[in-house]
Amino acid sequence: MSVPLSWYLFLAAALFCIGLYGVLARKNAIAMLLAVELMLNAVNINLVAFWRYLRPVQMSGQVFAVIVIAVAAAEVAVGLALIISVFRRRKTVMADEIDLMKW
Amino acid sequence: MTAERIVFILTAIFLLASALKVVTSRMLMHAALWLVAALFGVAVLFAMLQASFLAVAQVVVYIGAIAILFIFTDMLTRKDLRDQGQQTRSNWWLPALLGLLLLVGLSSIILGIPGVDRTFTALPEGFDPVRSLGIALVSPDAYVLPFEVASVLLLAALVGAVYLAGVFKKD
Amino acid sequence: MSFTEFLNNPIGSLATWLTGLLSGWGLSNMLAVLLVTLVGITVLIVFAMVLDIMLVWVERKVVARFQDRLGPNRIGPFGLIQPFADIIKLVIKEDITPAGADKVIYNIAPVLAAASVIALWAILPLSSKIIGVDLNVGLLYLVATGALGTLAIIMAGWSSNNKYALVGAFRMVANMISYEIPMVIVLLIPTILANTMSIQGITQAQSGMWFAILSPLGFLIFFVCAIAELGRAPFDLMEAESELTAGFNVEYSGMKFGWFFASELLHAFTFGGFVALLFFGGYGGFFGLEKINGFGWLTNPFVEVVVFIAKAMFGYWAIMWVKYSMPRIRIDHMLAFNWKFLVPLSLVVLVTTAILNKVLIVLPAWQYTLGMFASNLVIASGTFEILRAAARKQRKIEKILVRP
Repeated sequence: MSVPLSWYLFLAAALFCIGLYGVLARKNAIAMLLAVELMLNAVNINLVAFWRYLRPVQMSGQVFAVIVIAVAAAEVAVGLALIISVFRRRKTVMADEIDLMKW
Repeated sequence: MTAERIVFILTAIFLLASALKVVTSRMLMHAALWLVAALFGVAVLFAMLQASFLAVAQVVVYIGAIAILFIFTDMLTRKDLRDQGQQTRSNWWLPALLGLLLLVGLSSIILGIPGVDRTFTALPEGFDPVRSLGIALVSPDAYVLPFEVASVLLLAALVGAVYLAGVFKKD
Repeated sequence: MSFTEFLNNPIGSLATWLTGLLSGWGLSNMLAVLLVTLVGITVLIVFAMVLDIMLVWVERKVVARFQDRLGPNRIGPFGLIQPFADIIKLVIKEDITPAGADKVIYNIAPVLAAASVIALWAILPLSSKIIGVDLNVGLLYLVATGALGTLAIIMAGWSSNNKYALVGAFRMVANMISYEIPMVIVLLIPTILANTMSIQGITQAQSGMWFAILSPLGFLIFFVCAIAELGRAPFDLMEAESELTAGFNVEYSGMKFGWFFASELLHAFTFGGFVALLFFGGYGGFFGLEKINGFGWLTNPFVEVVVFIAKAMFGYWAIMWVKYSMPRIRIDHMLAFNWKFLVPLSLVVLVTTAILNKVLIVLPAWQYTLGMFASNLVIASGTFEILRAAARKQRKIEKILVRP
C-alpha cells in the first residue's frame, strides 16, 4: 500500500495555511516573500500529486508546476529588487513603516 | 505501515516543522535557511511522486537561486543581521486564526472529494516522464506557447529587477 | 556465487549473495534489501574518503613538482603516510568557535560542503556495473549538488561573524552562480549528442566516438566552468590569501577546516571524473576496440574501474596544472569573462551542435565526426577574429586616452 492522495492534499493545505499566516503576520517584507514561496510550493505539491494520481500519462500537472517555478523565480527577482529599492529610499523594510504613497 | 508511508510521514514532519520555523524565526537569516530545508522537503516529495525532473529542478532553482537571492537581500537591507524585538504584528493571532479556519475548511473539502483515498498505480511500461515532459513543453499541440511566454516573463523580470535595484549614476 | 560471476559483476553478485544470506538468517526481504543498500552506501562513502586521503598526497606531490620541489618524502615510502599524519594533526588541534558566531550554522556548513561532494558519487559510474543509481536526470543532479555546495559556502561565510569570511563567501557565490549558466548550457551538448540525461547513457553513447572530438569547444567550456565551480585558481577569489587571508573558511580550525579542504580535493577529482565521463568516454570509449576478438576483456568491470580512475586522475591533474600555473584574475574580469565571452560562446556552440547533429546524422560516421569537429573549428576561429577586433578597438581607445 503506497501513500493515499489525501495525505499529500492535507500536507499541501497545512503548508499553504502556514504560508498564509506568515504573509499576514510578519512585519518584514522579505519574510512575507519567504512565506509566499511556501504557499507557491504548497500549490506545486498539489499539482504534482494530482498529475501522479489522476493522469500520469498527460503531462499537464508537471508542465503547470514548471511554469509555477518559473513565475516564482520572476516574482522573487522583482519583489526583492523592489524591497532593495524601497530600502534605499526609506531605510526600512518593515511593511508597517512603509505607509506613505509619496515622499 | 509500508516503507513509503514511513518516508512520507518523516518528510511531512520535517517539512511542516521547517515551514513553521520559516514564519516564526526571529532572525531573518534563519528563516531563509529554514526555507531551504522546507524546499528540500518538497523536492523529496516530488521524488516520491516520481517527478524526478521537478525534484532536481526544485533544488536547482529554489535552493541554488531563490534562497541565495533571499539571503543576499537580507544582508543588503540591514546593518545588523541579529534582528531584535517583535517580528510579527501586534495582532498576529488574527492571521493565525484565519490560517486555522482555512485549514479546517480545506480539510473538509479534501475529505469530500470522491476517491481521495486512492493510491497510485505503477507508470505504464516504457513511459518516461522526463521525455514526455520535454515533448509536452515544446510540442505545438501542447504547451509551447505558455512555455515561451514564461521565458519572456523571466527575461522581463530580469530586466525589471536590474532596473529597480541597480544604481544608475547620471553624469 | 561462482568466481566468474563475481568477476563479471562484482558489486551486484556480492549484493545478491549478502541479501540471500541475510534472508537466510530470518530477516524479512525488505529489511535485508535495506541493510544491503546501507552497506553499499557506506562502502561507497568509505571508498571516496580513502581516495580523498590519497588525493592529499597526490596534490602535494604534484604541486611540489610544478614548483621544482620534492614534496612530502619523510614519512613512509615517497611520503605516502604523510596525509595520515596531517589528519592526526588536524584532529588534535584546538577546535575554535569564534565569539558571535552562529553556532549551529557554523557547525553544519563543513558537513554540508562535504555532503554536496559525496552526493555526486551517487551518480558516478565507476564501471558499467558499479554505479550507485542511474538517474534519468543525472546531469541536472550534477548542477543541483553544486547549488548545495554554494549554500554551504555562504553559510560558512555568514556564520563565522568575520568580514573576510563574508566577502569571500560573496565572491564565491557570484562566481558559482554566474558560471553555472554556461555550464548548464554546455551540459546540454552531451544531452543532445547522446539523447539522454543519464550519465550511464551518455558514457555508453561514447563507445564509438568521444564527445570531446565531436564538440571540443563544449569540452573546453565545461572544463573552464568546472574549475570556476570548484573555486580553484585562476578563479580562487573566495580564498585569495593575499586579500582575504583565507576567505570563507578563515575562522575554521582543526577537523572542520579539514572537511572543507577534503571536500575541495574530492570535488576536484570528481569533476575530473565527470569531464572523463561526459566527454572522454568514461570507463569505456575504446572506439569500438572492445568488439574485436581478443579485446573482450576491456569490458570487464575491474578493467573499466582502472580505466575510469586513470582518466579521472588525468582530468584532476589537468585541473591542478591550471591551478598551479595561472595567476588569480580580478573579480570584474572574472564576471566579464563569463557574461561577455562564455555565455554567448556556449549558446552559439549549443545551437550549432543541435542543428548540425540533426542535419549530419544521416551521413556515415566518419563524415558526421568530421563535420561536427569542423563546425567547432569554424566557431573557434570566428571567436578569435571577434576577440582580435575587440582588442584592436580597445587599444585604439586607450591610445587616444593616453595621448590626446
